[in-house]
Amino acid sequence: MLPRAIDIYRVLPELVWCGFGVLVVLMQPFVRNRHFFTFLALIGTLAGTAASVSAAMRAGPGFDGLVQSDSFSFFFRLLVGTVAFLVVLAAGPYLERERLPFAEFYALLLFATAGMGVLASAQELLTAFIGLEMSSISSYILAGYRRDSLKSTESAMKYFLLGSFATAFFLYGIALVYGSSGTTMLTKMGSEELFHSKLFELGLALILVGLGFKVAAAPFQVWTPDVYEGAPTPVTALFSAGPKAAAFALLLRIFATVPAATHFWFWAFWGLAALTMFAGNLGALVQTNVKRLLAYSSIAHAGYILVAFAAVTSMARDGSAEAAPAYAAVLFYLLSYALVKLGAFTIVSQLGGTGEKNLSLDDYAGLSERQPFVAAALSVYLLSLLGLPVTAGFFGKFYIFKAAVNSHLLWLAVLMAVNSVIGAYYYLRVIVMMYMRESSAEAKSAAPVGFPLTVNFVLAFTVVGTLYFGLFPNRVLNFILQPALFGR
Amino acid sequence: MTASLAVFFALAALAVIGAVSLIVQKHPIHSALSLIVVMIALAGLYLLLGAEFVAAVQIIVYGGAIMVLFVFVIMLLNAGVEEHTSISKMAGAPGLLLVVALAGFVAATIARSTESVETTLQTGEIASTLGISNMIFKDFVYPFELTSFLILVAVLGATVLAQREKS
Repeated sequence: MLPRAIDIYRVLPELVWCGFGVLVVLMQPFVRNRHFFTFLALIGTLAGTAASVSAAMRAGPGFDGLVQSDSFSFFFRLLVGTVAFLVVLAAGPYLERERLPFAEFYALLLFATAGMGVLASAQELLTAFIGLEMSSISSYILAGYRRDSLKSTESAMKYFLLGSFATAFFLYGIALVYGSSGTTMLTKMGSEELFHSKLFELGLALILVGLGFKVAAAPFQVWTPDVYEGAPTPVTALFSAGPKAAAFALLLRIFATVPAATHFWFWAFWGLAALTMFAGNLGALVQTNVKRLLAYSSIAHAGYILVAFAAVTSMARDGSAEAAPAYAAVLFYLLSYALVKLGAFTIVSQLGGTGEKNLSLDDYAGLSERQPFVAAALSVYLLSLLGLPVTAGFFGKFYIFKAAVNSHLLWLAVLMAVNSVIGAYYYLRVIVMMYMRESSAEAKSAAPVGFPLTVNFVLAFTVVGTLYFGLFPNRVLNFILQPALFGR
Repeated sequence: MTASLAVFFALAALAVIGAVSLIVQKHPIHSALSLIVVMIALAGLYLLLGAEFVAAVQIIVYGGAIMVLFVFVIMLLNAGVEEHTSISKMAGAPGLLLVVALAGFVAATIARSTESVETTLQTGEIASTLGISNMIFKDFVYPFELTSFLILVAVLGATVLAQREKS
């Protein structure tokens, strides 16, 4: 069937992001003013995010079911759009400081956002694959954006090689799934025979490997610290919030629509969750570089989210309990986590100084005296990552914990509690550093790092968001828990 | 049936040998030539499935255009014989072990599967030029158009990473 106007409305956010990306590239030779591009990118990300509202108002399948515009895709489009908007705000001063070209950065960011939007709304594996590639290839380039820095180049190289390898697994998985089911539409994979198909099982396993790499689940997490450390910090902020959420969105979508997938993946998720939590938290214990520490912490958090996935599969398998709260737990966690990681990396980016020199933990000693507000904001983020009450992170962890207990995954719940305690050590270490240590003489004599208005807005937004969702989690939950999250 | 099966195994073996040679060869030009063997063998496999259009595109685009680009890049970079560090040599052994394990696992799973793939993959209709254009421009027009943005990203990336430093 030929596409109709309504199909266009249902993918409008992605088209708007892509359109602004092209516009930025086209304007690049003609406009000298760098701030013009920041402005254009801000408008672009906002317009795309606004378009997701219009897509949600015309909910339904687009292009004969290739994409689905429902509350689920609305949630993720809103999330990645907001993340992109905040990254643009935080990146402006960074690009200025590091003397990097503006236009290309924003264009790549917009294309990456569009790719994530495609991932969040795709209901067919080929479309999902194109979305995954759009966001991944933009990410590889953005990781190597500081070309004069060896670390940045190393980061891009590692990400590209390993990422392409993971993509090959994903693609082979799609081929096998297609071979055994005769379709790439997730909605048409409901037949009873697929429960006994070894090929389908193998295909799903390979898809899981590919997506496991993208969300940095152990044992596919080895790239994460190096890539996060080497990439320009605003890009690291994007990596930890955007592509991860989009890949989780696709995983969730596969579960919610393909019954055979839920059947197979329980033990896989159990193992992945346990391994990932330990790999992240134990790795973070010995880090002295703040960027690497946050990278390991983001591995650990992927582990917590995978606990909820194990809970979802377990519930679906036994049919014992309603799976909706577990889905809601994942969505809420991704939201709270994205806010916090964005804020934390923005601070790291700003404090890093020209050439990103001041990244070691010692550089944060006595920060509370030098820059009390920044230290306070960073503490809020770290406490939310730790899962302290009044922050969004507390409810995120709480809902996942509850989902695990409700589906009788007591061992996994215990492992999660143990890991939260391990995590407390290194999060608190940073806070102790900031509040109880004296700053070095060198740092004392230096002028405090300036925080431009845009960066302050990002910090204010994320701090207020973290506290707001920590105090009133029901506002989001009611939205997520509405009866038809998928395929409305 | 048996004749086409024999051709299939011959082409498949050729593709695997080409792919292994691609990795094992020390000089990039030899690797590139091995890649041509893989591409042609794959084109033969597509032909065997009754997908003439895809086979032709495979030879023209991959066997022709892309390979020329590869050779050009190797020439421009003046890439010589690859070098190994002691660590990369050490990584070879466990790497080989893992490859064998993965291939064995995949092969065992496929061997144990009882269903016949031939029945689910009906080519002919959809593999004809008409069928493919219908797929690309009607059913899958959205991912197809997204691919153009994907290529734009790649072009943009190449210029970003390769442009001259502004001082």
